[in-house]
Amino acid sequence: MAGTLRKVGAIVVHRAVVVAFTAFAAFPFAWMVITAFKQTKDLLNPEHNPFLYHAAPTLEHLRVLFFETLFVRWVGNTLLVGAAVVVITLALALPAGYSLARLTGPAGERFGIGIFLTYLVPSTLLFIPLSRVVSTLGLKDSLWSLVLVYPSFTVPFCTWLLMGFFKVIPRDIEEAAMIDGLSRFGAFLRVILPMSVAGVLTTVIFTLTLVIQEFVYGLTFITTSTHLTLSVGVPTFLVRGDVYFWGSLMGACFIASVPIAILYNLFVDRFIAGFTVGAVKG
Amino acid sequence: MKLADDERRLGRILLTPAVLYIIALVGGPFMLAIAYSFSNVTVSSAGSSFVGLENFRSALRDPTFLRSLRNTVVFAFASQALVVVLASILSIALQKNFRGKWLVRLLILLPWVAPISLGTIGWLWIFDPIYSVLNWSLRSIGLLGAQSWPVWLGVPELAMISIIGVQVWRTLPLATVIQLGGLSSIPQELHDAAEVDGASFFRHLFQITLPLLLPIMLVALLFGFVFAFTDMIVIYVLTRGGPYDSTQVLASLAFFKGIDGGDLSGGAAVALFLLPVLAASAVLILRFARRAEVV
Repeated sequence: MAGTLRKVGAIVVHRAVVVAFTAFAAFPFAWMVITAFKQTKDLLNPEHNPFLYHAAPTLEHLRVLFFETLFVRWVGNTLLVGAAVVVITLALALPAGYSLARLTGPAGERFGIGIFLTYLVPSTLLFIPLSRVVSTLGLKDSLWSLVLVYPSFTVPFCTWLLMGFFKVIPRDIEEAAMIDGLSRFGAFLRVILPMSVAGVLTTVIFTLTLVIQEFVYGLTFITTSTHLTLSVGVPTFLVRGDVYFWGSLMGACFIASVPIAILYNLFVDRFIAGFTVGAVKG
Repeated sequence: MKLADDERRLGRILLTPAVLYIIALVGGPFMLAIAYSFSNVTVSSAGSSFVGLENFRSALRDPTFLRSLRNTVVFAFASQALVVVLASILSIALQKNFRGKWLVRLLILLPWVAPISLGTIGWLWIFDPIYSVLNWSLRSIGLLGAQSWPVWLGVPELAMISIIGVQVWRTLPLATVIQLGGLSSIPQELHDAAEVDGASFFRHLFQITLPLLLPIMLVALLFGFVFAFTDMIVIYVLTRGGPYDSTQVLASLAFFKGIDGGDLSGGAAVALFLLPVLAASAVLILRFARRAEVV
């Protein structure tokens, strides 16, 4: 009897813990959804229960967001920068990752860790000199400044990630291809790369999420509102004067957050394996 | 395996472009940051001259800097102490299988995955001085009297509590997932043995699970600490360092000084104070990550 009671107690505690944490994590996003469809007069009435709709839900905030703000433009800018950074990252990290996995011997391991550690150098340490570099190159206030600078954190991380991918491919596969007459580089291009679709895809997703999340460089380099990306444009330019258009603002935050979160979720285990420097065996 | 000489050469050729890029955009600017902090360069000045330790000296004399330094330490330590405790509880809870676990996992990861600046805007609205849903909820369950209506981001102590809370919200998912990985690498036999010996839940937890989890827990903690110590996004969006610099941290101070104020060398000197902590954290991460591998 005491045993079953304890068991039931354990289940109740477990449920309560899971529910409490989930609520804490997800509440701001739920709150964004509730706010985005609420009429302003309902939203800004302190007498109203903020969780309920006292007036009919409205699409007005989303209409304003899409047709009267620069939101769509920012989405476009973000995707443009994202695509360019993905191309640069793949071009640099694929060969580097392969080289560290296969061609540099034991010194490569240490070198790889060194490259990964540069990922820990924060943007807040580099943004001041980089702002000078960017204006010297004539890229100030241009999206190209972001295209130039973002690979400085995507390349280290993705090189590390891809090195892990290449390491688990059996060496026999290249050796067989090389016996068949391909050079080492030819084997990398024609045999290894086509086998690494999963690795390349993971790299693309992480590069995109890192680009979409980046805030400090965007805030530092870009001043014209039409040149901003989502993560900077929404918190700085969607607030007009001192007036917060909470409905549109929350709609923007939700729309920009959730799709990328779902995509990322599919790949998160690999990301974590990279983060712990291979400490977690997957 | 021995590598042929031409393979070694190919290895170097494939590695070089990435290394050059990193040197040009991380190594170079890093050196430049150090050079700036010993000079008097500003946004408008063409030339500059060497001023020695003057920037550091004037930073250490500046009450705003000292306040920011203290805030940074409080912010990083308080948030990560909370994260490590909460992540341990959550990861142990998530280790069990239950229905709808994938959805719970997705929702718990949201704060880490969503762009931080946008998630933080959600909190700005939750902490709104007039329409705060937090205050409304606290009042409706009777935790807040009819007369009190805290202005979360407008009072120094409350503002600090608020930014710490949001930082916890945002780093908890990362720490949890890393610790989950650590939990799954503990051999099942150890759990079985404890079960057979009739160890209670807490004995099992404190004598088997947590000690084995410790190295990976420290890795998660150090990453969270580095992020909290060097970041300014949550603070920039919620308080801009206010009220009265009560939530100003080194990173945000460097931004307001160096970028908004145009005092490049002053800002660079402030940012350089991040370096010792960063370097120490990196060394510790490597050491614990290696030890975790043994588990």
